[in-house]
Amino acid sequence: MRYTIQIVGVGGQGVLLASMVLGSAAMKAGYKVAMSEVHGMAQRGGSVLCTLRFGEEAVSPLEYSGGADLLMGFEPVETCRNISLANRDTRILMNLDPVYPSMVAAGFEEYPDVDEMVSAVRGRTENLVTIDATSIAVEAGKAVAANAVMIGAVAAAKGFPLSKDLLKEMLAENVPPKFTDLNMKAFDMGYDYMSKQRN
Amino acid sequence: MADILSNGGRDLLLGNEAITRGLIEAGVRFASTYPGTPSSEIGNNLEKISQEAGMYFEFSVNEKVAFETAAAAASSGVRSIVFMKHVGLNVAADPMMTLAYSGVRGAMLILTADDPSLHSSQNEQDNRIYSKLALLPMMEPSTPAEAKDMVAEACRISEELELPLIFRTTTRVNHARGIVEFGEPAEASAKGHFEKDTARFVNIPAFAKRNRLKLLDLNRKATELSEISPLNFIEGEGDTGIITSGVSYTYVKELIKDVQVLKLGFTNPLPERKIADFIRGKSRIIIVEELEPFLEDQVLRICAQNELSVPVFGKRTGHLPMEWEYSPDVIARLKDLVRMDAPPVPLRPVEMKLPGRPPTLCAGCPHRGIFAATKKAMGKRDAVYCSDIGCYTLGVQPPFAMADFIICMGGGVGAAGGFAQATDQKPVAFIGDSTFFHSGIPPLISAKFNDHKLVMVIVDNRTTAMTGHQPNPGTGRDFGGITTEALDIEAVVRGIGVDFLATVNPYDVKAASKVMKEAIDTDGVAVVISKMACPLELKKQRALVIRETHVDQSRCIKCYTCLKTIACPALVKKGDEVHVDAVQCIGCGMCANVCPKDAIEVRQ
Repeated sequence: MRYTIQIVGVGGQGVLLASMVLGSAAMKAGYKVAMSEVHGMAQRGGSVLCTLRFGEEAVSPLEYSGGADLLMGFEPVETCRNISLANRDTRILMNLDPVYPSMVAAGFEEYPDVDEMVSAVRGRTENLVTIDATSIAVEAGKAVAANAVMIGAVAAAKGFPLSKDLLKEMLAENVPPKFTDLNMKAFDMGYDYMSKQRN
Repeated sequence: MADILSNGGRDLLLGNEAITRGLIEAGVRFASTYPGTPSSEIGNNLEKISQEAGMYFEFSVNEKVAFETAAAAASSGVRSIVFMKHVGLNVAADPMMTLAYSGVRGAMLILTADDPSLHSSQNEQDNRIYSKLALLPMMEPSTPAEAKDMVAEACRISEELELPLIFRTTTRVNHARGIVEFGEPAEASAKGHFEKDTARFVNIPAFAKRNRLKLLDLNRKATELSEISPLNFIEGEGDTGIITSGVSYTYVKELIKDVQVLKLGFTNPLPERKIADFIRGKSRIIIVEELEPFLEDQVLRICAQNELSVPVFGKRTGHLPMEWEYSPDVIARLKDLVRMDAPPVPLRPVEMKLPGRPPTLCAGCPHRGIFAATKKAMGKRDAVYCSDIGCYTLGVQPPFAMADFIICMGGGVGAAGGFAQATDQKPVAFIGDSTFFHSGIPPLISAKFNDHKLVMVIVDNRTTAMTGHQPNPGTGRDFGGITTEALDIEAVVRGIGVDFLATVNPYDVKAASKVMKEAIDTDGVAVVISKMACPLELKKQRALVIRETHVDQSRCIKCYTCLKTIACPALVKKGDEVHVDAVQCIGCGMCANVCPKDAIEVRQ
């Protein structure tokens, strides 16, 4: 068994935390783990990509283009930008909440229509699930828990090899104690959302 | 952060965390650095734990000083490490070349963190070549786990040869994460004693000649150690042989089948007999290494000397590239030479135009203010903006376009002096506070000495921001049981005796612009210190006071001066109206300061 998760988003969205939670869970499950992270200059509001691979023989920190088993897109433009990390069989989880690049915010560039981006991805794969993780997180108590919603949703993805309980346990270990309840609730809501999708 | 001081067990560690743990298990008791990606997290970790680990650690003023302090510790018998990003070793190359002649007594590791693909660097140099230039032993780990264990082995070899050892990592090792089993921390003393030996440690020509011969001898001895090193091992069976090192080994191991692999961890000097024996009888050899054909050219030489006529594939045959880091996609170029599964078929790219997302100056970043002020003060004058290495490098982006020339740390001020003499354009050099201390002072003195008519703007945000907010001489030190006062940059500059000197608050863009005009009009060396703490650093210290900002739409005349001059990401255009994103805004007031109609209000 070998499983690759590609996590894409924007600095500050909790991409690194999500990768730590998933990676720790894979380690706890007895797999070898190889991950690759983005640090440094790119973190200043730039695009962020984390590669997480685990399995009996995982050692390479990078994956083929198109080699992902799961693509977690924390932001719609970043999901589209990185769509070639996926192949036709890759499960894709796409958060619909945009983070505007500075040139878009200032009115110098256009942010593409989110529905159009979703159709572009749908036109390439039948394995897309969209999610409004930020709204779900707000419902759970706070927008910052959107990454917990995403992790919860992944736990319910078809064929995902790590157990829900293990992911929850690792999430609890990786967030500050005062936010444990919020994150647990957000995780469950993400899990329930995904369970109801055809995926 | 992982618990690097943990008594045992295992953890999922970043390569740089694994290396930090390796230092503890190897009994390294002296560490120094100048921060640089991708090596920075080692220093951030040591800032927190060195005291508890019984280790001395410092952020030195630059890599050369860091190197020299570690060299003294190692010469006194204390196991030491100096670490830096690849270009940092250029700064430290001078002491390295001659310390190789003296050698050391306790182990000394020179960790260079190379950055193939230039994720956060200005060039892609391959520092393995330094090991040949300096005749020093070198090791290269492939994974975080191997990096941790290799630290102790590197110390052992360094002490056996009494030579400093180059420990060469790359971004995909420093910033990879993997499972690391913790071993026992080593007992060691943090104090040694320097036993004088003039002929060894004083490289005047008469002694240096002897030391040069000694170094060549040690290089031969190092070759023998490389021959028997467990870090150079053979795996698998096959008619085709692959020779590889560093992170490339992980791609070979996972993707290529039915080959025999010679994995090299001790990569200078190379185990020449082992390599010749490995090649003998093979039908073909493939060299898989990033950047320069460092192994490949030596393998070709070894083949020639051993009369082995086996075809060698790699960069010289055009099968693999010299540029950029390797990845499974790059390894797939070998599919006609070896057996590997067919690569997956990626979804085709989305054709829609997607907005770029380059790294950008943060909301409320004081650099925005001084760039806006400079632009206004310069007006239509023909200026050359020299910049330097730090967050303010991002001033290259619109609307500022405040970087016309960047080469290296401290390079902007020296270049400004050249532009002042060789052109009629007005040179302005931006340099950060940490970079000023690193290498900005000598070129300023040189400018004064030679009467270069330039403006130096020290963008003092009270921290070494880009690499993760390390302290520097301008902030003083307060960790590891040592507390020092902050050095006053203005006093340092005044001591040099420049022709114009002022300190401005970049958040008051209008006032800063007036001062910048005076500086630009100065017939001599002018220095402006733009002083305001980095909001991210203040946030970290829980000292950031956030003020609410809003745009009074009834007074706004839609001139967009705020967007065009400050371009803060917290300013959002909705339709034709400018709004403030309350999540990002810190209430610095720069946009309000430049608004011609006082339509932006900052509530105290």
